[in-house]
Amino acid sequence: MKYVLLFAGNMSAEDRARDPELAAQYERTSKWFAEHMQSGKIVGGEELKGPETATTVRFHGGKPMLIDGPFIEAKEIIGGFALVDVADLDEALEMAKSWPGGNVEVRPVVDH
Amino acid sequence: MSKSGLSWIIEVLTETRTATEAALAAVFREEAAKLTGAMVRIIGNFDVAEEVVQDSLLAALEKWPDQGIPDKPGAWLMTTARRRAIDLLRRDQRYAEKVALLERSAVTPDPPEADDRLRLIFTCCHPALAQEAQVALTLRAVAGFTTQEIAAAFLVSEPTMAQRIVRAKRKIVEANIPYRMPQGPELVPRVDAVLAVLYLMFNEGYLSRGPGAAMRRDLAEDALWLASLLTRLLPEQAEVLGLLALMKLHLARSRARFDAAGEMVLLPDQDRNLWDGAEIADGVRLLHGAAALNAPGPYQLQGAIAAVHSEAPSWDKTDWAQIVVLYDTLLRLTDTPVIRLNRAVALSRLASPEVALGEVNDLAISLGGYYLFHATRAELLDELGEGGLAREARLTALELCQNPAERALLERKLR
Repeated sequence: MKYVLLFAGNMSAEDRARDPELAAQYERTSKWFAEHMQSGKIVGGEELKGPETATTVRFHGGKPMLIDGPFIEAKEIIGGFALVDVADLDEALEMAKSWPGGNVEVRPVVDH
Repeated sequence: MSKSGLSWIIEVLTETRTATEAALAAVFREEAAKLTGAMVRIIGNFDVAEEVVQDSLLAALEKWPDQGIPDKPGAWLMTTARRRAIDLLRRDQRYAEKVALLERSAVTPDPPEADDRLRLIFTCCHPALAQEAQVALTLRAVAGFTTQEIAAAFLVSEPTMAQRIVRAKRKIVEANIPYRMPQGPELVPRVDAVLAVLYLMFNEGYLSRGPGAAMRRDLAEDALWLASLLTRLLPEQAEVLGLLALMKLHLARSRARFDAAGEMVLLPDQDRNLWDGAEIADGVRLLHGAAALNAPGPYQLQGAIAAVHSEAPSWDKTDWAQIVVLYDTLLRLTDTPVIRLNRAVALSRLASPEVALGEVNDLAISLGGYYLFHATRAELLDELGEGGLAREARLTALELCQNPAERALLERKLR
């Protein structure tokens, strides 16, 4: 059985540079990831860029509409994720619009 | 010095200043998009490109009023932007290649400018950006407005507007919004997004929501300029022609819209001799061109409604039946409460004020916060001899309205 863990909260590089406590916390999450990757429990996962970079595709009467920003309603549960490697946002949005399962939030991944 | 001498000097001075400002605005309008387009193409980073263009426009704003506009303002701006970009990118090792490109770019021939500008407009109006950000970016990157000007036009503080622009530019870079012209089935919806931005810009300029000037010619004229640029770049898009026609037909009535005291003059009371006949003819010609493409849409229909008004000899002799039919067709495409409100005004002429008032009252829930809903009710109630109720509606309209010319009109009618 597989699970997707979606972590709440974003921490930018600037936040970490400003606050050593945040930097330490970030360090701990990196370590947590490294350990579980090594044990083989994590098969894929990424740190996402901030919510201000998100675009949401919402379906109104079957028609896809783009909204600048992440999911707003707290009741919306993230049911899974696909990591896609495409040329640009338009291509990613095209895939999201063809998704048969409901609303999709598209977020770029941090390039380490 | 006699008083008349002094006032003459003031007149000359202020006229010169206005002339310079107008010339500056025209240069920025003409050059900004070409410059940003070229910079994005060379640097490959929207954020940096837009920033250096804005810097060079600000440099021009500082220098040109004193030194005069150079013979080739585009070349001056390009040189300034290139130097600034080289300075900026030299500090960053990753951009060594781009610096070399920039240094060579002085001798490369002119870029395919039409493509550059189109790509830029479509990037600024990408639907993954909030619409208010699309408007701000278009004004800055395509029309060459400064952040301060945009903030003033949309009634927000300069830091707020700067923040909005920075955020939008970051999203373009971080989310990798492509710098290209949409193709195939994507084109029409993306053109719609661009037209929505231009229409919003035009409306804000044509009849400002704010307490400042009643009408900002620059914003409306720049929107018209952008629309006409689009018609040249996308001549086969009927709705682009429709929007340009709509803008022209509205601006053609500019001189009749305000009286000497700055009070708004409504369409029934306008002196139609003040309308610009050449502009009206041009607008109607554009509508014919659009109709020939056989792809009707909301802007063409609104343009057609404006054309029927423009060609009527008077308010009473307007072809109301035609206007109501056009509104009905428009409602089938986009059913909004504001369009219903406008249709009701035409219906009051074609049918009766009672019928119109009934339709208007049905809109109370959706339009209760909109001053024109109350102002329209007031007019209809007046016609029905309900002076007391009309006064109440007008007071509510006054509370909700900020535009000084419209306030003046409402206040006079309340006296």
